[in-house]
Amino acid sequence: MNPNLTLALVAGALVAAGVYLVLERSLTRILVGVLLASNGVNVLFLVASGAAGGAPITGVTDPQDMSDPLPQAFVLTAIVITLAVTAFLLALAYRSFQIAGHDEVSDDVEDAAIRRLAIEDKTSGSDDADVDGHPDETGQATGEQEGERVTADPEGSDADPAGFEPQEPPEAPKARPVPAGYPVSRNPRPGERP
Amino acid sequence: MNNLLPLPVLLPLLGAGLALALNRRPVAQRVVATLVLAGVTTVAAFLVALTDAHGPIVLWVGSWPQPLGIALVADRLSALMLLVSSVVTLSVLLFSMGAPEAERRRETPVSIFYPTFLVLSAGVSNAFLAGDLFNLFVGFEMLLFASYVLLTLGGTGARVRAGSTYVLVSLLSSTLFLVAIAAVYAATGTVNLAQLSVRLHELPHDVSLVLQLLLLTVFSIKAAVFPMSAWLPDSYPTAPAPVTAVFAGLLTKVGVYAIIRTQTLLFGDSHLTRLLMWAALITMIVGILGAVAQTEVKRMLSFTLVSHIGYMIFGVALASTAGYAGAIFYTAHHITIQTTLFLVLGLVEIRAGSTSLSRLGGLAALSPVLGILFFVPAMNLAGIPPFSGFIGKVGLLEAGVQHGGLLAYVLVGGGVVTSLLTLYAMAKVWNRAFWRPLRSAADEAGLSPAESAGQSAGDAQDDDADDLPQGRRLPWPMVATTVVLVLLGVGLTVVAGPLYGYAQRSAADLVGQTAYVRAVLPGGTR
Repeated sequence: MNPNLTLALVAGALVAAGVYLVLERSLTRILVGVLLASNGVNVLFLVASGAAGGAPITGVTDPQDMSDPLPQAFVLTAIVITLAVTAFLLALAYRSFQIAGHDEVSDDVEDAAIRRLAIEDKTSGSDDADVDGHPDETGQATGEQEGERVTADPEGSDADPAGFEPQEPPEAPKARPVPAGYPVSRNPRPGERP
Repeated sequence: MNNLLPLPVLLPLLGAGLALALNRRPVAQRVVATLVLAGVTTVAAFLVALTDAHGPIVLWVGSWPQPLGIALVADRLSALMLLVSSVVTLSVLLFSMGAPEAERRRETPVSIFYPTFLVLSAGVSNAFLAGDLFNLFVGFEMLLFASYVLLTLGGTGARVRAGSTYVLVSLLSSTLFLVAIAAVYAATGTVNLAQLSVRLHELPHDVSLVLQLLLLTVFSIKAAVFPMSAWLPDSYPTAPAPVTAVFAGLLTKVGVYAIIRTQTLLFGDSHLTRLLMWAALITMIVGILGAVAQTEVKRMLSFTLVSHIGYMIFGVALASTAGYAGAIFYTAHHITIQTTLFLVLGLVEIRAGSTSLSRLGGLAALSPVLGILFFVPAMNLAGIPPFSGFIGKVGLLEAGVQHGGLLAYVLVGGGVVTSLLTLYAMAKVWNRAFWRPLRSAADEAGLSPAESAGQSAGDAQDDDADDLPQGRRLPWPMVATTVVLVLLGVGLTVVAGPLYGYAQRSAADLVGQTAYVRAVLPGGTR
């Protein structure tokens, strides 16, 4: 079987563009990236199926000239799955926009906590049960200062019994002024006040 | 008898449809879900008995001419995984139904919980029973999709944040899986596992190595093996307790199952022992160090989950019967124990209002039952004899020593260290959440009211007001389910002999390969 070079290049270009977009922070751009990449992979299946031929229906096409139907079935399944993924990611992006006023993937809670500790020049207090007033003891890994919902915060979750009202983060106004320079993360660093 | 095979997939799917149609009647939904999962468990138990007695069972779905259709295959390994996973899924379902009405409405405000849960179960079963790569992919997609929905239930800020990372990582792995399938198909012209096991050997070694590495990468992302594990501790803890429990128990293990399956059936002569050993070692050590550094218990448990995946990869890396047997036994043990621990934490969260070690305290006095429920599986996880965690670890370490070589001994050492550090992490939870006097916890929180006014003043006042944290009574059905699961974990010790024998027989099947291939393709391999 001789693979089709053009199709392989198209698949490569699509996947490359997709990967580039997936590295962005905005969910909508990531979504476009996912779409491009999955289309690239679908084209890859066409490469895998070998030379194109007639419709794979017995009686219509001679078995020698048929194109391979199996990869097409794979692609069909993959397309359906991509459709569902697209719908779900769009919903997620919209929900994220409802809650936070933007659709950016925010930092790992852990990263935020570590960064805070680093800026305050403190170590993790996970082992010293008796250290008083340790930053770790007040808001560890909760991201409270970042204005995010707390991972397992009883008060926060009780506040919204149905879980349907858009959660207004306590300290983050919806349209926060964009800090100078390119906003790598919309989560302000602890030292900096927006 | 082979008509039983589609039931573990079909029953939950039909049940999901029915439950979705009954979305205004939560009671009917619960009945449907329970009956379906109980049915799946029964079928899985049958399959275990059948495969153990008569060897692999195969069903060509739709009776297409033989190598053309979709094959469902149950051998000893998949039957055992199916049984353990369906038991765990059923218990988690019962646990989630035991939650008080208000709690349930808060955690799962829409009536899609039960249908989605059933789809998850169908996906897991499909992945275990899949006889070809593409069906495995479909199984993964089913369970992943259900998991996306379950993880973001309610759509709160934290869940949307964790959910977007999780969805994107899973999407990436699915895309890679598709690339791998396209490559495999281009190279061999089939995706049937039994046919592949023959045809892949005929390929040039470098081509099959590329395919193997592609598939390993995909499954390692799903199983959270070290370089690809960072998504797990970030996303799991934010979900509702039952959801986290079932994810922790099952999803990564499906990845481990896929690794075991492909490593033995497809690439039986290319073990990649060194690579996998390094991956196992780093997964164990990095995971457990992450756990030690945590004060939030759910996150800590997620890190121990990553770390203990390393043990299973260790067994796979050895590529010997003893190694696979150890890995299989350990997987069965770990599914049960990890789920139990997350359920116990769900109870802790209800009782004490938090799962953060900085807020917990005095739980042993508050609720001795909770103490026992936590202590037994925690010791089991850490591998204290006589629990099954100890037996599994001993099996793996023995297999490592048998294998010999410097790296194997380093891994044996790493396994012991990981076990000790797990014990340390569990002891920390035990000391601080259960034994630390409650007053000191309250004092700490309220030590400098001015300073912490913005964050935890509410907490401190609550504690001062009624002496106990904002405890609610534990609903008895949840406690009962957890007790059953804890007993099941202990029961694994009681039946460890037969179970280990079963694991060894499945490992021998895997290493031998022939039974599986002959069962799927009785008329030769072409």
